Formats: sequence, C-alpha cells, structure tokens
Amino acid sequence: MDTDTESEAMYIVIGGGGQVGYYLAKELIKQGHDVVLLDKDARRVKQLKEELGPSVVIRGDACEVRNLEEIGCGNAKMVIAVTGDDEDNLVICQIAKKHFNVPRTIARVNNPLNVRLFKKLDIDMTVSPTNAILSMIETQIPHYSLIHLAELHRAGLGLVEVVVPSESAISGRTIRSLDLPITVNLALIIRGDEKITPQGDTVIQSDDHIFALATNEGEAALRAIILGEEDSEEPDDTEGE
Amino acid sequence: MNIVIVGCGRVGATLASQLSKRGENVTIIDQDDDSFRRLEPDFQGQTQLGDGTDIDVLRRSGLAAADVFIAVTNGDNRNIMAAQIAQIIFNIPTVVCRIYDPKREEIYRKLGLTIISPTTIGAGAILEKLDEKTRQNVAQARR
Repeated sequence: MDTDTESEAMYIVIGGGGQVGYYLAKELIKQGHDVVLLDKDARRVKQLKEELGPSVVIRGDACEVRNLEEIGCGNAKMVIAVTGDDEDNLVICQIAKKHFNVPRTIARVNNPLNVRLFKKLDIDMTVSPTNAILSMIETQIPHYSLIHLAELHRAGLGLVEVVVPSESAISGRTIRSLDLPITVNLALIIRGDEKITPQGDTVIQSDDHIFALATNEGEAALRAIILGEEDSEEPDDTEGE
Repeated sequence: MNIVIVGCGRVGATLASQLSKRGENVTIIDQDDDSFRRLEPDFQGQTQLGDGTDIDVLRRSGLAAADVFIAVTNGDNRNIMAAQIAQIIFNIPTVVCRIYDPKREEIYRKLGLTIISPTTIGAGAILEKLDEKTRQNVAQARR
C-alpha cells in the first residue's frame, strides 16, 4: 500500500515550463521538495534556469522516455504535466504511470471535455482552469472587471476577466494572431450563454468575456492588446516592425 | 463500414481515397481546410474541419456510429489521445493509431492500442533490403 508521506520531501517532476509550471516549481522547492522541470523550448529553459537554478530546469520533451530516464523519473513520487496541450499532458502522465510506475500523476486539462477521458485513463488528478472559473461564475461571483483568486494570487498569478469592447481592434481576429505573451494564459471565453475553450483558431468577438490567468505584466499586456491601452513597460521581444 | 480518419496528410488522404473507392463510408477530419485538397477528386466521403482530439468535433463527425477509427495526424500525442477517445469514450471496435516514436509505440501497444509505427517499419524494411543485398553479394562472390 501507498504510505502517505506528504510532509516528507518528495522528488517531483514537472512537465511544461509555462507560468503554471514555473510557479508550481518555485512553490514546491520552497516547501522543501526536490523538483525537476522539463521544457522543450531552449529560450524558456534559459530563463527558467536563471530563476530556479540550473539543476532544476532541464531542456527536453517530457513525452520522451529517454529524457525521463535521464532525470530518474522512476524515483519520482509525483509527475505533474502542465503544458498548454492536453495531448502532451495526457501522454506525459501515462508514460510516467505505466512505464515508470510513478505513484501520483496530475494533469492540467485545458479542454474540460477531456476531464472524463483523463480520469478513465487513470490520471490521478486533473486540474481544469476552465472548470474552476465556471464553478466560480456559477456560484455567482459578481462581475468585476478584474477577479483575483486567492490561491492563484499567492502564486503570483491573477485571474482576470476582460470584456472585449464593441470597437476593439481584436474582434474578428484569432487568438493565435494576437501573439499573447507567455505570461498570459487564456482559460475561458463566455459569449452570451456559450462557454468557449480558447484555442489558437478561436475568433474573438466584441462583447466576449475573456478569462485569463496572468502575472502582473501579463495583465498589463492583455489590457493593452484587448482594450488597446498603450501600456508597454514590458520589454518586447518580438522582432522589430 | 463507417470509417473515421483523423489527419488528412499524405497517409490520411491516400487511405481515405482508397477506402472510399472500395465503397466504405469515410469521414476525414483535419484542422486545415487546405489539406482536403490532397484527397482524390473522386473521393465520395465527408470532410470535417476541426480538431481531431476534440470530443465535440469527433462526435460531430459521426464517430459514435463508426466501426473503424484511424488516427494519422503528424503528432504522436495527438494520435494517442484521439485513439484513446475513440476507444474509451466512443467504444469503437477497431482503432488504429500511428506513432513515430518507437518507445511510445512499445508503451501504448502494451496498453492495448493497435499501433503502426512508420519508424520501426521503415527501419525494418531497409535492414531487410540490406541483408538481401549482402546475401546476394556473398552468393556472387562465391560463384
């Protein structure tokens, strides 16, 4: 049987170094756990190494068995998959569970329809930002232009709601074309009664209520992009125009 | 037979065209409208624009009534997820999934998926050809 040693330090592997992965790693390290974070993107890995330490962050695809072998995934007590792609999160957790016998796997699920699939496939825990926000709305939290969830806030992330103005330059454009910074994570769009899971090809319309997880800088960038407010203190790393 | 194919690349389009020619009822799904141009002009089946790992899109494609599901997008993980949706959520009797990575092929074969790995098959075929050539050369040298 599984001995419950929650208070003891665990070896935890995180797949995906976006904002969620980063703050998760930071928090878990602070709690005394032994953390390794894998990310595919060389530039992001370089950034994360500076923030979290060179031994914590490894460049590599967490879906590759060899990469997981190299970091000793077989010794991990927990694998957490928080990339932006549900299929990657599923495969990371399944490989961890079935090939490396990791006792606990947690997956971020972006499309709430996939929660059932993940559970049926023995992923121990799923976290769906969309469902979290929906349940908040369903419990009738009043519509402020900015909502912060306490626990997310502690992780340095805010939950933001923005309504797309009727004459916004972004209405009619796809999310992909907005080039949102990595500090912004769109979680849900409410259009009338419709609940839309934002994807790259989702087209924004005016009066859409957009819910996002964002850092402070991300929030400013999101405001600038959606409301057209010029507020670019952030160093912009896109190519010159 | 009702057949749903996800991914209208070279393999998906060829497969869809051939199965359609055989008289099967084929629906092919792809995220990119342009990819349907790969289908033969006489393709009799249906095309469905959308994400083949999205349960709603799959349902709209008529997957619930399908006998066969084939996942041949360019992403191993997308194929793995789509195949498992077909198997577990829609209970499709025959599910075939393409996986390039031999390691993932091995793991998911153990989990009960029917897998075609072009990497393993391709490398195997080349090795076989090499062996054949070596045998011929040895035979010639002996003559």
